[in-house]
Amino acid sequence: MEFIWEGIKESIRLILTGDPELYQILHLTLKVSLTATLFAAIVGLPIGAFLGRKKFWGQKVILGIFNAFLGLPPVVVGLWLTMFLWRSGPLGNLNLLYTPKAMILAQFCIALPEVIVFTAVAFSQISENFFRQVKALGANRSQQLYLLLKEVRLGLLAAVIAGFGAAISEVGASLMVGGNIYQETRVLTTSILLEVGRGNFGLAIGLSIILMLISFIVVGILTYWQRKGY
Amino acid sequence: MKRLLVLFNLFFLLIFGVTGCLEKGAVTSKATTPKNPEVILATTTSTVDSGLLDQLKPEFEQKTGYKLKIVAVGTGQALKMGEKGEADVLLTHAPQDEEVLVAKGYVIERQPVMHNDFIIVGPKNDPAGVKSAKDLNEALKRIYEKKALFISRGDDSGTDKKEKSLWKAAGLNPKGQSWYKEAGVGMGACLQLTSEKQGYSLTDRGTYLAYKGKIDLAIVREKDPGLINYYHVMIVNPKKFPKVNYEGAKKFAEFLLSPEVQKEIGEFKKNLYGQSLFIPDAK
Repeated sequence: MEFIWEGIKESIRLILTGDPELYQILHLTLKVSLTATLFAAIVGLPIGAFLGRKKFWGQKVILGIFNAFLGLPPVVVGLWLTMFLWRSGPLGNLNLLYTPKAMILAQFCIALPEVIVFTAVAFSQISENFFRQVKALGANRSQQLYLLLKEVRLGLLAAVIAGFGAAISEVGASLMVGGNIYQETRVLTTSILLEVGRGNFGLAIGLSIILMLISFIVVGILTYWQRKGY
Repeated sequence: MKRLLVLFNLFFLLIFGVTGCLEKGAVTSKATTPKNPEVILATTTSTVDSGLLDQLKPEFEQKTGYKLKIVAVGTGQALKMGEKGEADVLLTHAPQDEEVLVAKGYVIERQPVMHNDFIIVGPKNDPAGVKSAKDLNEALKRIYEKKALFISRGDDSGTDKKEKSLWKAAGLNPKGQSWYKEAGVGMGACLQLTSEKQGYSLTDRGTYLAYKGKIDLAIVREKDPGLINYYHVMIVNPKKFPKVNYEGAKKFAEFLLSPEVQKEIGEFKKNLYGQSLFIPDAK
């Protein structure tokens, strides 16, 4: 138990002293996870909207597949991506393995199903009556779209939050495709694993507290917007 | 919605801006950048966990202008990466397996870098009587016959390979026995597990020293012949894998074997533990 106390002290020390290594790790963590979330949102929001709104043959099956991908273990993503990114693999010429870009790609794959499924749910909950009402009130097409987006905005934010949460918390994929390289591909989760391996439990707990803080802050900001209803 | 987008953008800018300003620690080398600046080193976890390579990396990069990508995996995986041409240079500790790769032509220019030693740790009261055994084979035989709990790494790492070869040398096969547990975790985690369960385990001395204060285990066997842990550096054969960065790999091997770095290896964490973690070996 003394490690927990040591960890709390360690996290405060790291934050207050502005430890350059910590800030580098923090910067990379946010850069990788936020970029992955951003791309997952750009790709996932339209797909989710389409799957939630349009009724077509096979829609349930596709949604079901994405639902199943919600449980996709990050190590599996990591393993498959590694195979593809190897020098001898099909994407070997891109030289992406062991770079932050590969980690963004991995976290994108993990965040994407979350964004798609949550978005689809948000859109599918809009009732047909809503459209009838809007039309009856004489809204033109762009006004209709505006009102629709306004109606689902909370669901979309939830989708982005879920995507970000999945991205920042995974460790298996980042470890495999990033390689946990000092000053290059070391993020908070992989650092925690490394410090445990080194026997530095205090530092590991310190880092875990910082990871939780970051996660809470980002999700907190998003939730605040959600509440305010922008 | 527009406001939301604007806010989102602002938020991203803020995050990147703030973290960008705080990123002072980035090390950029000032030496002339070579044509193919990236060198991938596949190595064992012990060299990274001990902190040795984190210390050597910036020195190498500043001296040569190359960028070193250290991928710390088990020795089994590191050798596999060499066999598939996925790395440029290897630093591993499984001499027998390394020799196979040399014989098959997958790696070239293999040279000794350093060594340390393995130890057997166990409960302080040593219930199997490992301490008093006349040699290593006898010690393992006592564990085997007493069915004393033994925690194996079970992950095909260098230490795991070593442990398997020790059992083989003693003419015993513990696999599948109820007292023989394969943990499948790194050395540190394995030591903790061994401590919690009060069993025996084979470990490298460096990891034991790092964990000493946190675990309830004693050294029950050390300095036997056969417990030495040799690390070799080798270059992945560019004739087999054209993508291998031979020049960079060569530079790294030379760097490791240079007198200054060899001295640095010998001094590494010596003050902290009162003994060297690695003893330099270059001829």
